[in-house]
Amino acid sequence: MAFLNDLAKRGERFAPGHRLCPGCGQSIIVRALLNITDYEIVIANATGCLEVCSGLFPYTSWCVPWIHSAFENAASTIAGAEAMYRVWKRKGRTDKDIKFVALASDGGTYDIGLQALSGAMERWHDFLYLCIDNQAYENTGVQRSSASPFGANTTTTPVGKVKRGKEQRRKDIMSIVEGHHIPYAAQASLHNWRDLMNKIKRALDTKGPTYINVLQPCCTGWGFPPDMTVEVARIAVETCAWPIYEVVDGKVKINYKPKKKLPVEEWFKMQRRFAHMLKPENKDLLGRAQELVDEHWEWLLKREAAGL
Amino acid sequence: MKIGEKVQWNELLTGGVIEDPGNSIDYKTGSWRIERPIWNKEACINCMFCWVYCPDSSIKVDKDGNMAGINYDFCKGCGICVKECPKPGALAMVLEADIEKKGMDVVFKETFGGK
Repeated sequence: MAFLNDLAKRGERFAPGHRLCPGCGQSIIVRALLNITDYEIVIANATGCLEVCSGLFPYTSWCVPWIHSAFENAASTIAGAEAMYRVWKRKGRTDKDIKFVALASDGGTYDIGLQALSGAMERWHDFLYLCIDNQAYENTGVQRSSASPFGANTTTTPVGKVKRGKEQRRKDIMSIVEGHHIPYAAQASLHNWRDLMNKIKRALDTKGPTYINVLQPCCTGWGFPPDMTVEVARIAVETCAWPIYEVVDGKVKINYKPKKKLPVEEWFKMQRRFAHMLKPENKDLLGRAQELVDEHWEWLLKREAAGL
Repeated sequence: MKIGEKVQWNELLTGGVIEDPGNSIDYKTGSWRIERPIWNKEACINCMFCWVYCPDSSIKVDKDGNMAGINYDFCKGCGICVKECPKPGALAMVLEADIEKKGMDVVFKETFGGK
């Protein structure tokens, strides 16, 4: 594992002392981003768990330039910084190689920040948008977002006598992003650090807008012990509930195909938010959830086979 | 800006800029811990999986990039390092209360056996 030893001795750019929950995977993803590359990085961070926990005034955990922007405009903020950098470069005020990254959670990407993200990608700014997807508004108390999967128990889609969790399916953000015909878009999971780091490196090296969607299991909101964060991400990929793939110039490449695809039940039973799905009276919900997962997975397999 | 002292509004920088990068190291999160990971140097294979998965940057690294211990100032005791450690007997979770009661040496012996 000489690779990790080499990375480890270069030192950290994300300081400890942040107030993320014990076992939170957000900082694992951020550390992967800052450790894998030597580039100087400028970050715009939308409101969310990561922002409130790493930037509690007057403390900051960031050893790179970091801008806190509002919930909806991380992409616009970074677009502005990148545009200024381009002008500075043209006028000879800087000769540094700087990369620009927007960080946001699923709320700030799928819902509130979608128009800013779409605009920045359409204007073809040279930046990476890294979405840390924890599938709900975890920071404000686990409200549903359009990233929450079908059947999830959140505080705004509670399970009771009448309702049985979220009734809609998850938004397919990757297809939306792909619709901008950007050169590189990928979905990754934090358990596979090699894959995640490769994708981040590739995205940073690509000219033009790039997008990475990373699954971040939230022990507080999803309801599992904090030491299981990485394991929950692993099982999500093994059940194909979270396929890891990349879209390069419009062509799908699946980076990991499980040898034996586990039933989605295996992932559900690790988490409190899906506890109701496993009850015998909710068998129809479980069936529907499996259907949705299979549908998406088969669509990806077909696309890859057809070279689309 | 000095943290912990009373600062007037006109002493703050415009836009709430923090001039001191990474100053959260002044805030020790180690007090959150109920369980503590302990490390057995003899068994460790230096794969650094604990380092790559540590959410609190609390795995100490020596100059060769090998594991050099755990920083208990910041470790929140989540247990991911122990869970993801591929080598049995290299990392283990123990209760802080046990260490307080019995002392580190006894707990270490009880957990890893031998030396």
